[in-house]
Amino acid sequence: MSTLDTTPSTPVTPRWQTLLIRPETMTFLLLVVGIFAGSQLSPFFLDINYILKSFTLYSELAIVALILTMVIIAGEIDLSPAANMALSACLFAWAQASGIPMPVAIGIGLAAGLLMGLLNAWMVISLQLPSIIVTIGTLTLYRGLAQVIAGDKSIRVPEWFIGVDKIMILGIPLPVVLFIVLALVLAVILGGTIFGRQIYQIGTNETAARYAGIRSARIKFSLFLLIGFVASVAGIMTASRLGSVRYDLALGGELQMVLMAMLGGTYIFGGRGTILGTFLAAWLLVVVSTGMIVANVLPAVQLVVLGGLLIVAIIATNLIYSRTQR
Amino acid sequence: MGENGAGKSTFAKILAGVHRPTRGTITLNGKPVDVTSPIAAQKLGITLIHQEPISFPDLSVAENLVLGKADDGWFSRVPWAQMTREAKALMDLLGVKIDVTRPMRGLSIADQQMVEIARALASDSRLIIMDEPTAPLTPREVETLFVIARRLRDEGRTIIFISHRLEEVRALCDRVTIFRDGNKIATEAIANLSDADIIRLMIGRPFKEYMHKARAEIGAVALKVERLSVPGLFQDISFEVRKGEIVGLGGLVGAGRTDVARALFGVAPAASGTLWVDGKTVSINDPSEAIALGLAFVPEDRAVAGIFRTLSVEENITAAVPKQIAPSGFIRRAIERAMANDSVRRLSIRLASLRQPIGELSGGNQQKAILARWLLTDPSVLILDEPTRGIDIGVKAEFYDMIGELAASGRAILLISSELPELLALCDRVLVMSEGRLTADIPRAEATQESIMNAAVPRRVAFEGAAA
Repeated sequence: MSTLDTTPSTPVTPRWQTLLIRPETMTFLLLVVGIFAGSQLSPFFLDINYILKSFTLYSELAIVALILTMVIIAGEIDLSPAANMALSACLFAWAQASGIPMPVAIGIGLAAGLLMGLLNAWMVISLQLPSIIVTIGTLTLYRGLAQVIAGDKSIRVPEWFIGVDKIMILGIPLPVVLFIVLALVLAVILGGTIFGRQIYQIGTNETAARYAGIRSARIKFSLFLLIGFVASVAGIMTASRLGSVRYDLALGGELQMVLMAMLGGTYIFGGRGTILGTFLAAWLLVVVSTGMIVANVLPAVQLVVLGGLLIVAIIATNLIYSRTQR
Repeated sequence: MGENGAGKSTFAKILAGVHRPTRGTITLNGKPVDVTSPIAAQKLGITLIHQEPISFPDLSVAENLVLGKADDGWFSRVPWAQMTREAKALMDLLGVKIDVTRPMRGLSIADQQMVEIARALASDSRLIIMDEPTAPLTPREVETLFVIARRLRDEGRTIIFISHRLEEVRALCDRVTIFRDGNKIATEAIANLSDADIIRLMIGRPFKEYMHKARAEIGAVALKVERLSVPGLFQDISFEVRKGEIVGLGGLVGAGRTDVARALFGVAPAASGTLWVDGKTVSINDPSEAIALGLAFVPEDRAVAGIFRTLSVEENITAAVPKQIAPSGFIRRAIERAMANDSVRRLSIRLASLRQPIGELSGGNQQKAILARWLLTDPSVLILDEPTRGIDIGVKAEFYDMIGELAASGRAILLISSELPELLALCDRVLVMSEGRLTADIPRAEATQESIMNAAVPRRVAFEGAAA
C-alpha cells in the first residue's frame, strides 16, 4: 500500500543543493566577503572587540528587526518601530526629568510602546487596513508626537542610567548579548512551536489558514503588540547608550530594520524567512556600514549603498524563491 | 442551454475573441473569420455581454461606452462634448434613462448591462452574445431586457442568449442549442421541444455506474439546520444530516450551495437561523469553533482556501491538528512525521517526500492531502464542496470509495456536487438548491438526473405577458 517509495511525482532535489540556494547562504557568503574587504581597509576589522563595539550602535535596531522578521513572515509589515523607539524614549526621558521615579518612568515608556503597537494592530486587524499604509501613517504620527514632547532639545538621563553598552557579559556588550539571546529564543519559537508554524501558514495563505481553524487575527494582533513593546525597550536602551534623548532618536531606523530582514532572505510577500537570516544580515549590515566609515565614505554615499543593498536583496530573494518554487 | 460546465461560456468567449479555438472555423455572414482578440471581435461586429458586466466603475457611463474604441494616440484630446452627445443618443435609442455623465459605480447590474448593450450598438454589432444576463436581475429588469432584445432582433441583429432558465428561453428565443460536456447535442426550434425534452437533452450523458457505496448504518442526527439565511445569498435553508448518511447538495452554480457550507463552517456566518450539532444548539462564528465541534470542510477552491502551496506536504496535512502534534506548544517532529506518514499510506497520496512543497503534487494528490488534514481532526460531520473537481477519473473513483468508507464509519457527510452521476452514486438523499432556496429533498430511490435537474432549474415565472 505504501506509495512513499514508488513512482515519485518529482525527483527530490539533493539536500546540498537546497542548502546552497537558500537565501541565508547568500547572506553568509556576503558576510564573509564583507569581513574580508573590511580587513583590507583596516586592521581593526580583524579585532572582534571592534566589531562588537560597532555592533552595539545597531543592536537596538537589530533586536527590533528580529520581531519585524516575524511580522513580515506573517504577511504584514511595520514601518513604525523606529518612531516608536523615539516616542517611547522621549516619554520616558520626559517623565524622569519631571521628577517621576525611574521605575515608573520606564514603565511609562514601555506602556507607550505597547499602546503604539495596539494602535497599529487595531487598524490593521480590526479595521482591515493595509499595514504598509497604516504604519507609514503611525511612523509620522509617533515621530511627530516625540517632537511635540521633546521639542528640539535633548533631555538628559541620570548619570547612573547611562551606559548599557558598557556593561560586559563574558566580554560582550549587554545589548549584543540581548540580541543574541533573543535571536536564539525567537528561532526556537519560529521554527519549533505551533505559534511559529502558524505564522508561516498565515503568511503563505491566510484564507487557507482561516479554513484550517487558525486564528490569524489573534496571532497578528500579538505580533504587532510584541513589536510595539520591543521597540520601546529598544528605545530606552538607546537612551541609556546615548545618555540623552532627542525626538530624532533612531531616525530612519525603519530602513535599517527592513534592510536586515530583507538581506536575511525574508520574503516581502510573507510566508518565508528565518531568524537566522536576519541574525546574519544584522552582522552584515554592521560590517558594511562600519567598513564605509573606516573607508571615509561620505554619509550621503553610504545611504546610496544601503538603498542599493536593499533593492539587490529584494531582487535576489525573489529570484531564489521563484527558482525553488514555481 | 446546458448544465454547469457544458462549455457554454467557453464557447461564447471563443466567439468573442477572449479565448482562441485550437481547431475549427468561425463563419460570419458566409465568410470564414479569424477572431484573434476581443478587439478583432468588435471590429467584426461581435459583442459579448457578461453576466456581471466588467467596467471601470470610476469612469462615467459615457467614457465606458467609448472604451476600446478610441484609436487615437495616447495624448490626443478627448472629445468630451461629442462623447456625451453620442452616449445620450445611444441611451435614447435603447429607451433607457441613464445619466451618461454619472460614474458607473452605483449603477444597478441591469443598468450596467444596458451600458454594455449600448456599447454593442455603438460599435454597430450585428451579433450580440448574452451570457446568462438575467441571473442577477429582478423580474421587472428581465422584462425590460427582453423588450430591448426583441427590438434589437427586429432591427436585424442576431442574439445568442445563454441561460439556465427554461421559461426565459421559451419567451425570448426562436431556436435553442443544447450543450453537454463540451459538445453540441441538438439545435431545434424551441416550439418543437417540451421542457422535459430539453432537460433530457441537457443531462442525457451515458449513465455510468461508478461504484456501489458501502451501505452504512444510519444513526442519530449529527447536524441539523433550521431556517438558515444570509440575505442576498440564501434563505430559509432547513435540513438535517444523520450519522452514516451521505446527503448530497445539488444545484446549478450560483444557487448558494457553497454559501450555505461557508455559513455552517463559520467562514461567513449566517445572519439568522439555528444550528444543532449532535443535538445541541450551537453558534459557529469562526472555523476554529466549527472544528472544535467536530465539523470539517473541504473547500471547493483548493488553491485559495485549501493548500499552503510553498509549505511541505507534512505541514499541510497536520495544519488543523496543532494540539496533537504539539501537546505543549512545541512541535514533536516524530509525532508529526508519524501522523503524516500514516495519512499518506491510508489515502495513497503519491509524493516524493513529506518535506516537498505541496504545490509540486498533482491536483488529485493535493486534494487527498487536504482530505487527510480533515480526517486527522476525526470529524463527526464532513462537508465536501466539489471534492472531485479537476481530478482525473482514476483518482475520482478512489475518492468515492473513501467517501463511502467515511460514512460507513459513522460520520455524517454533506456532499456538494455539480456532477449528477456523483450525487446519484454516492448519496442517500439529495437536497437541491435553486436561487438561494432549498427546492427538493429527494430520497435515493427517487433520485434521478431528471428529478434533480427539475428542481435545480429556476422556474420563477418572471415575465407574465412578456411573451407578446
